[in-house]
Amino acid sequence: MSERLTADVAIIGGGLMGCSAALALRRMNLSVVLLEQGWCGAQASGINYGGVRRQGRAAVQLPLSQRAYAIWQRLPQLVGSDCEYTVSGHLKLARSEIEMASLEDYRAQADGFGLQLEILGRAALRQRFPWLGEKVAGGSLCPGDGHANPRLVAAAFALAAKNHGADLREGTTVESAVFDGEKFTVRAAGGLEVNAKFLLNCAGAWGARFAGQFGEHVPEYPIFPNMWVTEPMPKLVEPNVGIVGGGFYVRQVERGNFVLGGGRGTGQLAIASTRPASASMFASMRMACEFIPALQNALVIRSWTGVEGALPDHQPVLGPSATTPGLFHAFGFSGAGFQLAPAVGEVLADLVAHGATATPIEAFSIGRFSAIS
Amino acid sequence: MDEPRIVIVGAGPAGVRAAEVLVAAGLRPVVVDENQRAGGQVYRQPPAGFVRSKKQLYGFESAKADALHRTFNKLRSYINYLPETLVWNCDGRQLDLLGRGQHQSLPYSHLMLCTGAIDRVLPFPGWLLPGVYTLGAAQVALKAQGCVIGSRIVLAGSGPLLYLLAYQYAKAGADIAAVLDTSSFSSKLQATFDLLKQPLAFAKGLYFLAWLRCHGVKVVEGVEKIAVKGEQKVETISWHKDGREQTLECDAVASGFGLRSETQLADLAGCAFEFSQLNQQWLPQRDQAGRSSVEGVYLAGDGGGIAGADAAELAGRRAALALLEDLGQTIDAGESRRLDRALQRIQGFRRGLERAFPTPVEWARECADEEIICRCEEITAGELRHAVDHAGTVEMNRLKALTRVGMGRCQGRVCSAAAAEILACSTGKSLAEIGRLRGQPPIKPMPVAAGAAASLIRETS
Amino acid sequence: MTLFTRIAETQREPVSFSLDGRSATALAGDTVLTAVLTQADSLRLSEFSGKPRAGFCLIGACQDCWMRTEDGQPLRACSTEIQAGMRLLTAVSGARNG
Repeated sequence: MSERLTADVAIIGGGLMGCSAALALRRMNLSVVLLEQGWCGAQASGINYGGVRRQGRAAVQLPLSQRAYAIWQRLPQLVGSDCEYTVSGHLKLARSEIEMASLEDYRAQADGFGLQLEILGRAALRQRFPWLGEKVAGGSLCPGDGHANPRLVAAAFALAAKNHGADLREGTTVESAVFDGEKFTVRAAGGLEVNAKFLLNCAGAWGARFAGQFGEHVPEYPIFPNMWVTEPMPKLVEPNVGIVGGGFYVRQVERGNFVLGGGRGTGQLAIASTRPASASMFASMRMACEFIPALQNALVIRSWTGVEGALPDHQPVLGPSATTPGLFHAFGFSGAGFQLAPAVGEVLADLVAHGATATPIEAFSIGRFSAIS
Repeated sequence: MDEPRIVIVGAGPAGVRAAEVLVAAGLRPVVVDENQRAGGQVYRQPPAGFVRSKKQLYGFESAKADALHRTFNKLRSYINYLPETLVWNCDGRQLDLLGRGQHQSLPYSHLMLCTGAIDRVLPFPGWLLPGVYTLGAAQVALKAQGCVIGSRIVLAGSGPLLYLLAYQYAKAGADIAAVLDTSSFSSKLQATFDLLKQPLAFAKGLYFLAWLRCHGVKVVEGVEKIAVKGEQKVETISWHKDGREQTLECDAVASGFGLRSETQLADLAGCAFEFSQLNQQWLPQRDQAGRSSVEGVYLAGDGGGIAGADAAELAGRRAALALLEDLGQTIDAGESRRLDRALQRIQGFRRGLERAFPTPVEWARECADEEIICRCEEITAGELRHAVDHAGTVEMNRLKALTRVGMGRCQGRVCSAAAAEILACSTGKSLAEIGRLRGQPPIKPMPVAAGAAASLIRETS
Repeated sequence: MTLFTRIAETQREPVSFSLDGRSATALAGDTVLTAVLTQADSLRLSEFSGKPRAGFCLIGACQDCWMRTEDGQPLRACSTEIQAGMRLLTAVSGARNG
């Protein structure tokens, strides 16, 4: 059973990057076919922690992150639902004077990006957030940051793209993608063939595989972030909370559950095989009780993990292919792609439509790995 | 070969008989069970010190219950028994256990899952009210605590447990105001041929029915549109029969529509699943002996498909023989064949029970939008239907992601049967086509404090 | 106001505990669920609707009967034995905003 489609743009990957790009392209009246191997947003986009934050990002990411921030503020107009997006503030905790110093350094680095970071010492912090445990030395608060429900966001972007006329094919595994000098031909299992002038590689943890098909070698590796959630509890914690050095984060959703992450699970790239690891979950539980003592009385009701694509320098690949005109990559966000996604979609649409984007993305060039191949 | 490390999960009829066979072959399995005492649910033992006789507790099954308990007591010095212990995860041939506040991990080479079942629940208006329980719950209250669930009780639903419970309760002196059976007399009549495959079980069923009628217990078959009302707890129940509505005052309702296998550990152990038409549920694949699709993982008893306590004992023995065979031991082939034949006869009877007590097919269609389907998260049928109509949801995990059904403390144990019926009805797809909720650890809620303590111990040891 | 009725096994040692700050008596071997429902109509309040709940399956499967002690610790009522001196609360829900 074979089917042949032609479109302006073919997109591999129906996570947030692919779906936000599809939506942005449709708003420019370009035709789009998107191919997703499972359900849209089932991988990194749907299983991540849900933090929507700028604070803590390397300076090279802040312009992209600021662009995304503006889009998050009009999420309901864009995708028809608020997806539980809350501007709760992001609080980054320090456990020592050295960590406090790093928060001060970051505030200096991020100056000019409008994060309005407020650094609080121990006493002020515990007065403002009395639920905090004793081991915190201080923290940095970014009042405009927050969190959202990743399952809803991914689904909402997919639905919005579909409603704007993108042809979304779920359950469709891409087998090959080639360029013949004029157009791309993408072939999927089941006999589907898509011909397009432009190709977007938004294949997440599988991004390097498709880059490889165009002679571009990227040292991407999968990571499996551990996440666990408590039963609903009385509302206690307002901001999205993280710590210096990463490795632990917690947010309380409106329904009262605490969502926590920390440490890595195990798995193989095959989708069916990702698992939270109990040892890292226990370590995360211990930190949870130290930072938020009220959690000592909580029940864990569920844990999960999934696949995210990571790169050694923790920066994504975002931008034009180094070998093939009309091919643009957006993958390897290393566990920090959720907040960026709405802007990544717009950047990809800019690149397709205009060949350039106002947002600085040179730091994410795929060319930085060419020394390796 | 390395010393085999055999773990049996569940000390009900299947787990106990499996342990018996393995011990007789010279092995020393670990037997993990959540309850304080062995017996599972059917042969659940009250706490030590309770005085009722086995006859009073188990009626016609007292000899079987007694034999099972005695067997287990004899086995105790030959097994590693971990009561009051939850197996909350299974990964990489390792189990995560939580017992009395302590975490431990338990590696295994061979795993026997005897995880049993719970009632299949179909919501009706008022089912969240205090005073509404499953049929199994009402039984446990009587058997294990010497209580009945109210002073004027109505039983509503379908399946053989409905009549057994009514009999047990009435005999113990409870006031049963009515037994409301959604299945009809004619469906039972049509099933007679299959039911006669287990003549003793069939006779018992008829006996219970006759006893109830003789003792003036109101039994109504073919009921529809069950609804319970009350302010803070159950006050009345109403139903429709032949187009007429009737109402009774009561203060407790026990309800259930057959049983549903507990399969979360089989899922986490990596077993392949298939949809069982007979059980109307996705179940782990198993061969005739009880081998799953994963080498070294076996299934026995109601946890692998509902077949009752007698079948569970047989299946426990049969799966243990398969395990021994897989270890390279010689087993009694004649015994295997006898067990296989006995299990097949029971399957025939089981098909009869399904015909006699079918799931009410109109339930999903008649379920109102405002009916709560997921009691943990209070998700309504309307919210589920909205996800189908507006987001094109056609699969159970997607439904869960969008509506939160199955995301609460019970992780879908109570609601997934009903949620699946609603999804199937709304999409026009069959239960087999809409998938199943995937198990996630921990399979039951566990305290954060215990995990934190475990981390501290690991770091300091 | 009670839900459960005792019809057997009534000759057991009494166990004193506290229910919503008032002293109460159960029998040795009672689960917390039995201890509470033989003298009260509910175990907890739903965190979403605030309506009362009184357990459902009694075999540790449905997770509807989780209660809290006065010092905030969770316990599953149907599978926890009542102990002397337990201080239990029923009129709590973990509801949002109190």
